Amino acid sequence: MSSRERAVHWDPEKARAIALELKDIEGPMIPILHALNERFGHINDEAMVIVADVLNLTRAEVQGVVGFYHDFRREPAGRHVIQVCRAEACQSMGSEDLAERLERALGIKFGDTTPDRRVTLLPVYCLGNCALSPSVMIDGELHGRMDERKVLTLVQAP
Amino acid sequence: MTTRIYVSCDAAALSVGAEAVAIAVQNEIAARKLDAKLVRNGSRGLLWLEPLLEVETPAGRVGYGPVSPADVRSIFETGPGGAHKRNLGLVEAIPYFAKQQRLTFARCGITDPLSLEEYEAHGGLKGLKKALEMAPAAIVQAVTDSGLRGRGGAGFPTGIKWKTVMSTEASQKYIVCNADEGDSGTFSDRMIMEGDPFALIEGMAIAGLAVGATKGYVYIRSEYPHAFRQMNQAIGIAREKGLLGTNVLGSKLIFDMETRLGAGAYICGEETSLLESLEGKRGQIRPKPPLPAIAGLFAKPTVVNNLISLATVPIILAEGAEHYKNFGMGRSRGTMPLQLAGNIKQGGLIERAFGLTLRELIYDYGGGTYSGRPVRAVQVGGPLGAYWPEHLFDVPLDYEAFAAKGGMVGHGGVVVFDDTVDLAKQARFAFEFCAIESCGKCTPCRIGSTRGAETVDKIMRGEKVVQNIDLVKDLCETLRDGSLCALGGLTPMPVMSALEHFPEDFDRKPSRAAAAE
Repeated sequence: MSSRERAVHWDPEKARAIALELKDIEGPMIPILHALNERFGHINDEAMVIVADVLNLTRAEVQGVVGFYHDFRREPAGRHVIQVCRAEACQSMGSEDLAERLERALGIKFGDTTPDRRVTLLPVYCLGNCALSPSVMIDGELHGRMDERKVLTLVQAP
Repeated sequence: MTTRIYVSCDAAALSVGAEAVAIAVQNEIAARKLDAKLVRNGSRGLLWLEPLLEVETPAGRVGYGPVSPADVRSIFETGPGGAHKRNLGLVEAIPYFAKQQRLTFARCGITDPLSLEEYEAHGGLKGLKKALEMAPAAIVQAVTDSGLRGRGGAGFPTGIKWKTVMSTEASQKYIVCNADEGDSGTFSDRMIMEGDPFALIEGMAIAGLAVGATKGYVYIRSEYPHAFRQMNQAIGIAREKGLLGTNVLGSKLIFDMETRLGAGAYICGEETSLLESLEGKRGQIRPKPPLPAIAGLFAKPTVVNNLISLATVPIILAEGAEHYKNFGMGRSRGTMPLQLAGNIKQGGLIERAFGLTLRELIYDYGGGTYSGRPVRAVQVGGPLGAYWPEHLFDVPLDYEAFAAKGGMVGHGGVVVFDDTVDLAKQARFAFEFCAIESCGKCTPCRIGSTRGAETVDKIMRGEKVVQNIDLVKDLCETLRDGSLCALGGLTPMPVMSALEHFPEDFDRKPSRAAAAE
């Protein structure tokens, strides 16, 4: 079950409750942002204002953190997220060819979502599955020894 | 007696279908009403054989692999150890496994990772129990005497770091485990978290006892969701069973720990960036000094160790510093979990004493390339490690021997490339990766990485090749000498090694497009 499927509509009350629940742990910022990102599928401007308020920080400080990390989305992803490993071990097994084929087959570039919002295509730099390359993570599940056909089959569901 | 059948829950095994095999095994056990139990172990590290199915027999565990769900029925029909096309014989007799010297990975793939009883039955908790009888200074001394050096890549003596934290007075101290294993070609941290998580918990508790820290954090990269879940479960069990908390194993020791999930930033594997991230900030480098051992997490004295270093501490305490130190060569003592990856026929985890050569690793263990083509280059030590040609394959794996040839052992990742590799492209990628992952704090790394990629592009297009190669070399010097941390400081290593050992790949002729301009 991917985080996208669980993602629900924006709810400021719920967002505040999430932030309040985690605010007293040591170093609460990243855990709060992860929780919001997972719950709502992305972190919008309003969410950042809420986090800033709960943690007694400026909005700029929160935005700086959100912008630094690749995981935190500023807009929702497609229904399926394909993360293709583009690091060296996978390169040695043809991941760059796989990456180009997927771009062509989906008609989008890395970082983009298909117009029907079915698939978001992202690069990732190492999934720790380097003896079974090329590796691809699809909706949070790791897959080894991948090729174009196998990847596209896994994101066929609407 | 109940027969135990093993199918790994390691992410690599799952990535090639272990879950479906496990379900098929459960179905067969139920359909045949067998007195058998499915155990989800960690991985043995024989990754080309995953999904590996093991069946307990009086002679030992017989392996089958790689197994598809369709094979499961016929395996049950032939009975434990019966003739079957996937039968590999006794797993522990497979040379790849039998020739290893497993200390840190002694239990990985053998036990149920979430059974504290099995952990203890296989030598776990012995180190912590001994440590509880020792004075903190004696624990630190044992770690120092073992010769253990940071397995994250820097190779700094672990005992020295601990001693600094131990001798620094503070109201609160921390143990931070760096499990932000971002180097391509590495997966040993992940395998421990998924396959023997109590080893890390025990190691961190010993570290806490030694330096006087009561709180630990494991910073796990978000690309490892399975490891994160497994570690959280193991910590919960450890708390429930008194391995963590206010009376560790019934003693007066207070030690508890939590996980924290990274958020997709390679730089957070650098210890000061990691601490910034744990504090909830942008993962930017902190200038040193102060050392984290003096002012680390929340400005308190902090031990920041790589996961493998911490997971090796229990065996050092259990068997004694001498036992560990007797493995290895020169100033590289003990064993190193090497990870054989990339274009390799038999990839996996190989724990051996320092001193093994790349040639033994790639050919004796790995069986050559997956593609069947000749090996042309090997990158050791992750994206910041050197690219080496065949004539360096006899250098022994040893921190100093590798450094003497312009390379590094790093976290033990070995990525193999066949003869289709283009080293100019790999050099360009090294700069590109540095540009993507740079934290932006220092100029050589932030700007130099992008300029480097652009300059290699020009070389690849055949533009002023000689002058541009000089520019790249010059830029590499600036990055090496002027960067704040190892990301900028070591990006020159893959670039310069590619230039030095594979100059023919940079000898480009102007392309037709460029000539037409």
